[in-house]
Amino acid sequence: MREFRDKNMSVLVYVEQAEGKFKKSVFEAVSYAKAIADQQSTNLTAISIGDVADSELKELGKYGASKVLNVSADQLKTFVNQAYASVIAAAAEKEGADIIILSNSFSGKGLAPRIAVKLKAGLADGAVELPSTDGKFSVKKTAFSGKAFAITDLTSANKVIALNPNAFGVKENATDATIENFTADVKQSDLGTVIKEIVRATDKVSLPDAELVVSAGRGLKGPENWGMIEELAGLLGAATACSKPVSDADWRPHSEHVGQTGIAISPNLYIAIGISGAIQHLAGVSSSKVIVVINKDPEAPFFKVADYGIVGDAFEVVPKLIEALKAHKG
Amino acid sequence: MKILVCISNVPDTTTKITFTNDNTEFNTSGVQYIVNPYDEIALSRAIELTEGGKGTVTVINVGEAANDPTIRKALAIGADDAVRVNAAPRDAYFVAKQIAAYAKDKDFNLILTGRESIDYNGNQVAAMVGEFLDIPSVSIIKKLDIDGDNATIEREIEGGKEILTVSGKFIASCAEGVAEPKIPNMRGIMSARTKPLNVVDAVDAEAVTKVTKYETPAPRGTVKLIPADQTESLIDLLHSEAKVI
Repeated sequence: MREFRDKNMSVLVYVEQAEGKFKKSVFEAVSYAKAIADQQSTNLTAISIGDVADSELKELGKYGASKVLNVSADQLKTFVNQAYASVIAAAAEKEGADIIILSNSFSGKGLAPRIAVKLKAGLADGAVELPSTDGKFSVKKTAFSGKAFAITDLTSANKVIALNPNAFGVKENATDATIENFTADVKQSDLGTVIKEIVRATDKVSLPDAELVVSAGRGLKGPENWGMIEELAGLLGAATACSKPVSDADWRPHSEHVGQTGIAISPNLYIAIGISGAIQHLAGVSSSKVIVVINKDPEAPFFKVADYGIVGDAFEVVPKLIEALKAHKG
Repeated sequence: MKILVCISNVPDTTTKITFTNDNTEFNTSGVQYIVNPYDEIALSRAIELTEGGKGTVTVINVGEAANDPTIRKALAIGADDAVRVNAAPRDAYFVAKQIAAYAKDKDFNLILTGRESIDYNGNQVAAMVGEFLDIPSVSIIKKLDIDGDNATIEREIEGGKEILTVSGKFIASCAEGVAEPKIPNMRGIMSARTKPLNVVDAVDAEAVTKVTKYETPAPRGTVKLIPADQTESLIDLLHSEAKVI
């Protein structure tokens, strides 16, 4: 017998585009939203804002979106936090969606709270698992900068969830997506921020949602020694990262600093080279699936939370690792 | 220029995080509290922007009297005055509503927060306050320059950065790069004792989330050590055992 419910909740996922394309983290958010729609026995609707070709929008069907709302108004071609939030909230109201899913990306972090206020919704940002809907609607999310998780009940009728990259994975779920144009009134006052320039480092893997990360610390002795780190990262297709002392000393940019006061990441593989593993650094990387530590000090605290370790001098081990990787790749 | 900086009272970054009461409450025993490090960056930039008589900086905290030492620390760093909304913070929605209610008729030109608090890691309050006040919000900024009524901001995006402008009032959440955190000097510490710390009543607001339980990450097994001259074994293990490359 079917369990009695007042009403199945309807799900809307915001799909963030960059230069007309969707990234893996978007397909992951769609996969996650589809799993929630399945929990609620409803279909999944996606909303895209900006210039995206129909062929790219159709891709969302692969991961379970059965309808895609396409917003292509001229004034919304580039990201405007306030206006995008208004459009997404308007779409949620029109579709009768009570669960809104976003990727916990830099833009998602700016949008989710505004959408939550518009819909008077509880927001769980940094979600790492599917919600539990057993009587209450609760979401497991990161807290204390990776040192813990908080099981958070969303007690309002509407709910917003921002999913951490690499937490759920991409899951195919072939559906034929229909595309509908969607327009919403945008107030002039919603267009207060104006983008002047977007700078993308095209030759680098983006760190926050990277699957593989090669990170280095003070053990490298100086910024001139990062060549081998970049070579190793390049061979792996990994992003580069660093510890706080390294970014504080301006050896590497702040955007590479992972840890409690930098960014928290959860890649499939984190390779830490010449990083001792202070508690603040571990906080930002402890949810990595596999951790490799290379350090010449066998007492380095990082070895206690590592899966694999090599005790040795980075200047000897890393070049050998590069050779071994080249041999492995043939 | 009048700037409002929102500060959180958080456990020191070296705190070992543990829970009590069947993992339903954060164990505060022996914990030292500090100004949230990102909020310190926001405060430091606010002080730079108003130095030399160009404006004032007010800090606001939503919390109980136990937070006063942390608020005094912000005054020692260089805020001109402080406001504490007298209520236990229930969730980000509740806190944002309190801050918005206070700021509504105070004519602040700019409101700053840190990018997130290091306890609950929400990036929520800044954008929520922006929505409650119906002003633009920019989350996770790396650089902030103000020229009269116009601001130029650098915001982090995946794999790069975005440079944007905004005119008039707005709120932004600050990350590393916006300013070097200022350290209080002796004069700051002395003057902080006599700077105004006004306590105001909370407005009616509800919470829309509730933390019911905490979990700590599952411990990892013992590290598998590989001899330094056998790097090829590491590659093999990552490929065939861990299956990550």
